[in-house]
Parts: sequence; structure tokens; C-alpha cells
Amino acid sequence: MTSEFMTPTAAPVPAQRQVGRGRFAGLRRALAPVAEARGLPKWVLYVGCALVLVFVVFAIFAPWISPYSFTQYLDGHGHRFPKSAPPNVHHWFGTNIMDTDVFSHIVYGSRTALEVVAIAVVISMLLGVPLGLFSGYYGGPLDRGLVLVMDAMFAFPSLLLAILIAFLLRGKFGFLGASFSGIMSAAISITVVYIPQYFRVIRNSVISVREEPYVEAARILGAKPRTVIGRYVFGNVVQNVPVIATLNAADALLTLAGLGFLGYGVQPTEAAEWGYDLQRALGEAAGGIWWTSVYPGLAIVLLVTGLTLVGESLNDLLNPVLRHRQLLPVNIVDDEGEVPRDDDA
Amino acid sequence: MTTTPELHHVRPDTVMSVRDLRIWYGTARGAVRAVDGVSFDIRRGETLGLVGESGCGKSTLGRGVLGLLPDAAKVAGHVLFEGEDLVGMSRRRLRSLRGPQLGLIFQEPMTRLNPLMRVSQHFLETLRTHQPELSKEQMRRRAIDTLGAMGIPPTRFTNYPHEFSGGMRQRIMIALALVLNPAFVVADEPTTALDVLVEAQILTILADVKRNFDTSILLITHNLGIIAEACERVAVMYAGRIAELGDARAVFARPAHPYTRELLASTISLSTTSLHYIPGAPPDLIAPPSGCRFHPRCPDAMTVCPQRHPPVVTTELNQDVACWLHGPDDQIPPGGSAPLEREAIGVADEA
Amino acid sequence: MARSSGSLPRYLVTRLLLVIPMVWILLTVVFILMRVAPGDPVQASLGGRAPQAVIEKQRHELGFDKSIVAQYGDYFNGIFHGDFGTSTSSNRTVTDVVAHEGAATLELAVAAMIFALVLGLGIGVLIGRYRDTPLDVFGRLFGVLTYAAPVFWIGILFQLLFVAKLHWLPSSGQADTLVNIHLQGEAHTNIYLVDAVISGDWGGLRNVLVHLILPGLTLGLLVCGVFIRLVRVNVIQTLKHDYIEAARARGIPEHRVVLRHAFRNALVPVVTVIGLQAALLLSGAVLTETTFNWPGIGQALIRYLNNRDYVMVQGIVTVFALIVVSVSLVIDVVTALIDPRVRYS
Repeated sequence: MTSEFMTPTAAPVPAQRQVGRGRFAGLRRALAPVAEARGLPKWVLYVGCALVLVFVVFAIFAPWISPYSFTQYLDGHGHRFPKSAPPNVHHWFGTNIMDTDVFSHIVYGSRTALEVVAIAVVISMLLGVPLGLFSGYYGGPLDRGLVLVMDAMFAFPSLLLAILIAFLLRGKFGFLGASFSGIMSAAISITVVYIPQYFRVIRNSVISVREEPYVEAARILGAKPRTVIGRYVFGNVVQNVPVIATLNAADALLTLAGLGFLGYGVQPTEAAEWGYDLQRALGEAAGGIWWTSVYPGLAIVLLVTGLTLVGESLNDLLNPVLRHRQLLPVNIVDDEGEVPRDDDA
Repeated sequence: MTTTPELHHVRPDTVMSVRDLRIWYGTARGAVRAVDGVSFDIRRGETLGLVGESGCGKSTLGRGVLGLLPDAAKVAGHVLFEGEDLVGMSRRRLRSLRGPQLGLIFQEPMTRLNPLMRVSQHFLETLRTHQPELSKEQMRRRAIDTLGAMGIPPTRFTNYPHEFSGGMRQRIMIALALVLNPAFVVADEPTTALDVLVEAQILTILADVKRNFDTSILLITHNLGIIAEACERVAVMYAGRIAELGDARAVFARPAHPYTRELLASTISLSTTSLHYIPGAPPDLIAPPSGCRFHPRCPDAMTVCPQRHPPVVTTELNQDVACWLHGPDDQIPPGGSAPLEREAIGVADEA
Repeated sequence: MARSSGSLPRYLVTRLLLVIPMVWILLTVVFILMRVAPGDPVQASLGGRAPQAVIEKQRHELGFDKSIVAQYGDYFNGIFHGDFGTSTSSNRTVTDVVAHEGAATLELAVAAMIFALVLGLGIGVLIGRYRDTPLDVFGRLFGVLTYAAPVFWIGILFQLLFVAKLHWLPSSGQADTLVNIHLQGEAHTNIYLVDAVISGDWGGLRNVLVHLILPGLTLGLLVCGVFIRLVRVNVIQTLKHDYIEAARARGIPEHRVVLRHAFRNALVPVVTVIGLQAALLLSGAVLTETTFNWPGIGQALIRYLNNRDYVMVQGIVTVFALIVVSVSLVIDVVTALIDPRVRYS
């Protein structure tokens, strides 16, 4: 900005641009490796983003993309859809045992999946990150107690925990309306599973950052704990959050499908859910009916893979331990003509 | 006084002969010329000191003469070890030489032993690899004897690495490098990570080894005191090249290269009254200065220095030096001996 | 020798003392969860039309009429005496269910772990050694996909391929009916594989093994993704260690450097993670058992949940918690045996 007032011979501007300024300087600096990424990690990131994007589009524009509604079992003339029909012109991915269209379930299922996962990730982040920050920064008995509880929850089989919570929450969110109560209770069941993960990662990085000389210095200079946590500690642990969030989202998706498969997820009348569809398809698999299971499963795999690839490549790019500078091929050229020789007399 | 390779002769007691060795690393910014045209010989039972600032290519050179470089490093030139060229040698042959013929002693002894293996296992593994014909008892005997020579008692033989101090670990590492009695050993700053008393111990051990086994040692260090104490000859390295090579006493008494002179002046001793330092930073090995690489920092730079690389000449005191101050005069263009105008370079560089 | 082994017992005692609060917290969480569950367990088990007097009697027998504190005391008292409760929906005890269904789950879990270790360690070391080659990309993709694919979907795909299409393997169950009946009569350990060997029923053994392949592989694939990833990263990081270069400098052959120095050292964190995989294995077992109609404890849990059999659910979940904690304890001991440094820290 200052360059406008300088003579043309002044120092080059790009040097100044590199210095991060403004509110999100820390985050931007942390994410800088992403922008600088080259080669394979960059492509992995792109592929992951593209996969996720497809399902986001499905979710947002479901009523326009989907040929039928997810509960629809009659065509325009009042005729019932054929039961478990193989893929055909009217039903690209066939129909399932519930007489509904498999493709429509894929499209509406993305909506269910992304809604649940988004709610679950946001809530567990909002609870797990601050808990981890304060527990790690202040330490003491509160910290020790929280660590024990969180470790206990973390050690427990996550799907079982989610099943138990889902079991307990059944019908508790009726006030949100029929179509949303199932999504909410599924999301909360999943949230409980993931809070400990945010807590652990954030707490551990806070503990290592807390002892850094510059944080120590800030404390000695009399900065308030809130300033220290907000500016120095948070800024240096925040880079872990995008990685955990995407990886947890992928995992949450699998937990949701597992809940649905066991009958403790979103109910079929409320929304289309891939895990539930797979449960219904299970009985038909031994009979060779593949389209009712292959497509919903593929949807889960693609979305989870997409999120995992995004998370993994972010991790690779942001985590300097794993980053490595690859040596490039080089040719030795004799550009000075004369090569010095040592004469050992 | 000659620079032609034909006249070069290798003395019969030469163990290793390095000729025009170049080691470059490819990076995103360009090629790093870590070693760029280095030649020297090491004789049997001789310790050659290799001294220079950090980042001048010392360690790369030390790894390079053992063929221990990352796959992506590009190597050219020759490393003749007892008549065989290590450059371009098969991995298998090279591996079989490492241990019984070639050894390496490292800078940081703390991390060089596998923490999950007992000291004994390190020795037995090495002996089994190279001398499988020995019985287990013979191997044990041999290992314990070598350790004993380094002052590690037999009772500690089966301990784990973390049970030893840094100095002890370095002695174990030396024993491990010497258990097969190699002809040539690179010691890469073997005492840098240790305290002064331990440093003296280690240097004594190295001196004993040389005396008892006729081992040739390439001792890499940035400490001139160690060179004076432990080496017969010294090579002074600057920016991937050898600036000066000669008898250690002679080089220290009468440095022929301005860089050696400045380096000696920068050392601190009890008689030091004020600190001397060499102005400027060590050169970038990706885009090194033209001609003589020391010219931007050289107090005696002449106009020829940035134009041509100085060939190696041998002085009357038998020091090999690459510096135009020592000629050859017939290769200096007319007027090349005039002092270099510093400002002139600045302008030229910007143009 | 004496120096290093001397502190091992002390390490074990410390570790054991740390387990106690963990167990206490887990069991308390289970207890609380089961008390806040909706619906009356007694009413649920007797059906809606039971007379009030019968309900009260049952309630008294189960101790549900006592105060929460007294129930909490009873709960822990029972666990101390090995009594985890008796079902309200059938007359089986939790111990009985654990002995029978638990044995089936153990069989499945061990098979899965073997598949997972063989695949995970093999692929992990290979692609860690040859990082950034096409082999590495392929192996990592395989790891991502095994993680991203829901267990039950893999199970369904296997059924479609090996059962419906190729008719190679049975679709579900732990053994054919006749074998089942025979082996239940021979119940020495309740583990079919072991019982078949003890009774010398080689035909039965073959039948049991054939039934074990698909569920074992399905559950094994779930876990192997984690191993691939972890072993790869560890091998890469271990290969960067100074002692690797030192070993190469001594002329140790490359295969020995990779297997003896890098692989073994990379295994230490993997052993720790096997402990965490116990939880994943239990979650996966619930889904795998449902997919293959495997008569294990996970399927039993879902059945009792659907029956609202609180005593049984509480009992099974308590056992799960104890399993997870014991596995992590065993793993820590194994780690201490492998890595001499751990005993000192």
C-alpha cells in the first residue's frame, strides 16, 4: 500500500505482501503451505474437494436433481414402482425393497448425511476446543478430572457409545418437528463421540505451546490469561482444527451409517439415510440383488474418501514432521571451464 | 608448480585418492553445489584434517568419500580407494567395503545407536554381516576387546544405549566403527557434541588407533585446535572447494590463502584481546560467487579474482593453494593484479 | 540386565494404579447412562399388560425400588463378585451370555486381527520403504478405501461376490446347523475352533473355518487401514533416524536395516495402537455380526437393546468397558517389554 507513495525504484512490493497482517494472520500463515502446495498433495486435495463438492451439490439441490422424492413409491399414473427392480430407464439405479427409487435415496441421503455431520462437527468443536484450551492452559485438578473422563470416553468403542446415546435420545427432539428430530438426535449421539478427540488434540498442543519461550515471555510481561490463550496459544494450535474437523467428519459419516444400519439412526420416514438402506439391502445380497447395496455403499465410500483426502492432504501440508523436501534430479555442468586440480607432491 | 593432471602422481602409500569430486543436490531453488571439484590424497596411517565454516560442504564431502549420500545426490569425479573407484561402484560392493574397509564416526553419538538394541547386538550384527565365519564367542571376544580399548568395561556389554553417557556412547560408536579394523575412517566432528574433557579422551583414542592400526583418518572439524593437535596435514575448505592444503604446522604458521589467514585470526585464545571476524556471510552454494569464491570477503582481492577461478599451485613450503596471490602469474590477465574495487562489483552485479 | 528389569514391576504397579480411576469412571458413566434411559425396564420386560403387583414384585427383585445410591452400591458390589446381573427378558445371566456369545466374538476378533496385522504390517512397511513411488500411492489408496468403506458394506459386497455369484462360501452364521449342534454339545471353551480341535471333529473344524473367512476378512479390513497408515508413517520417520544412517555406514544390508532397525522400532507405537484398535474391533464386531448373522456378543447387545433389557445392556457394556481397559493395560506391558526406555519414564 505504501508503494504508491514511493518512487518507482523503491523496494519491491511482494516482499511486504508476504508478511501476514490482519485478523486471521495466524490462520493464514498456518494455511500458507496449502497455497504453496505442489504436485501430488495438491492433486489429492483437489480430488478430495471435488468429491465432497459433488455431494454438497446433491444435498443443496436435492429436490431438483432427484427424479423422485425419497418416500415416493407411485409413479405419475398412480402405478406402484416395481419392487427391487434392476437399473432401468425410469430408475437409473433401480428400486429397492421399499419400492422407492435408489438414485433418489442417494441424492436425498447426501442431504441427511451432510446435515448430521455438519451439526455434529460444529457442536463437538464448539465444546471440545474451548474445553481443551482451558483445561490445557490452567491445568490443575479440573484438568486431570477432565482428562480422565475424556480418556475413558475415547477408549470406549465409539459406535457403541453412539448407539447407547441414540437409544437414550429416542424421541427426545420431537419439538424440532418430525423431519428434524431424528437428524438432531443422530447428530448429538455422534457429537458425544467426537468431543474427546478435539479435547485431546487441543489440550496436548496447548500444553506443548504453553511452555514455549514466547508464551512464557508474554506471561512474564503481564499479559492477561485471556490474551495469552487467545493470541498466543490459540493462534498456534488452531492449525490442527481444520485437519481434525475434516477427518472427524469422515468418521462421523461412518458412525451415522453404522447407526442407521443397526436401526438407531435417522428413521426412514424422516429422511433417506444410506446406512438404513444398506440394512434393508442386506437380506437381498445373498440373492444377488446388487444395486440396492452397491450404490448407497459407494456413496458413503466416495464422500468419506473425499473428506479423508482433504483432511489427509491438509495434514501433510500443515504438519512439518511429515513434510519432506524431495531432492530433484540435477546435472553437473562444468560451467567454469577450468577444473581445479590438486597436486599432491 | 603445475596444474595438469598428467603430472599428478599417487604415492604408493596412498590409501584414498579423491579426484575432482563434485556432489550436487537438486532443490527447487536450483542445484546446491555442496562439493564442487575437490581433490586430495590420504596416506596410510595419516590424519588429514578438514576444516571450514558450517555449510561449506565438509560433511557432504565426508559422506561422499564413503558413498553414503542420498539417492538423489549427483556425484561426479573419482574416489579411488586402494585402486577401486567408489564413485559408480555397485551398491553391493560398496556396502561390503563399509565396515571392514571404510568407517564413519558421527557428530552426535546420542542418537546413533538403535535405542531398542543392546550394545552387544550392535557389535554382533556388524561382525556377523562382514565376518560370518567367526564363531559367536570369537565375535563377543572381539567386540569386548575393542570396547575395552576404548575404556568400556565388559560388564556393560549387554546394556542398552540409554544407559550410557554421551562420551561413553561416542566411545562405543568409535569401537563399533573400528571393530573390523577399517583402513580408512571419516570422523565427522566427533567431539563437537561433547564437553572438553571427553573431547581430549576421544582425541587420544583416535591417536592411539592411528598408531596401533595404521588407520587413515579424515577428521572433519571446525575447531582449529583439534587440527593442530591431531592432524599431520590439513585441508581448508571454503564453499565446496579446497582453498589450501598442506602440512598442518606449516599452514598454521604461514597460511598461504587469505581465507586460512582470516580463519586463524578469528580463533580465540588466552592471548586474544579483541575479536576478529571475517566480514560478510558464507556464500550461497546455489549461486556461488564467480571466480574465486572467497573474493567478496577477501581483503586481498584483485581484479582477476572474480573473473577466473584460481588454479591450485604448490608453494615453496609445499602447501597446495588456490589463490591468485600465488599465481600462476602467466595466467593473470594484464592489470589483473590491481586491487579489486568493491563498489565496482556492486554496480556490476546490479546491471 | 538387572538394571533394566528391576524397574519393570514398579512400572506395572504404577500403570495398574492408573487403571483404577479409569475403570471407575467408565463404569459410573455406564451406570448413569442406564438410569437416565427412557421407559421403565420392568414394564418393558413384562409387556404392557402386566398387573401392577407383578411389576412391583419384579421391581423389588431387581432392586429398582432402592435409592440411586443403593443401586450404585449394588452395581459395584455385583461386579466385584463377578455378578453382572440377570436378564429381564430371558433368564440368562450376563456371565452366561459373555461366555457363549463372547466366545463367538473372540473367535471373530482374533481372525480379524490376524488378517489386519498380516495385511497392515506387510503393506505398511513396503510402502513406507518405497514412499512416493506408484506402489506407495496404490497402498495408501487401499488404506483410505478400507477405512472409508463401511464394514457392513464390505460384508455385503463379499456376500454378493463369494456367495451369490461364485457360491464359494456360506453367507452367514458361525457353522452349519449340524456342526452347530455337535459343537454346542462339546462345549469345552465355547470357542468353536478350539472345541472342534479338542473333540477331533475335523469336518466341523473345516466348516467353522469356512464360515470364519468372510466375517474375519471383513472386520480385518476395517482395522488394517489404520495399521497401514501408521506403519507407513512410522517406517518413514524411523528411516530418518540417525541410527539408520549409522547402520548403513557399518555396511548392514539394506533389508536388514529396514526390517531389523526401522520396522522393529516403528512397531513400538503400532503395538500401542493395537490397544486402541480393541475399541474399533468391538464397534466393528457389532456391525460385522449383524451383517453375517454371527451369534456374537455385539449382535446380542443389539437384540437386548431392542428388547429394552436394561440389566443385560448394562452388563454387556460393563464387560466391554472392562475389556477395553484390560487390553490397554496388557498393551502397555508389552510396550514396556519391547522398548526398554519406557520403563524409565
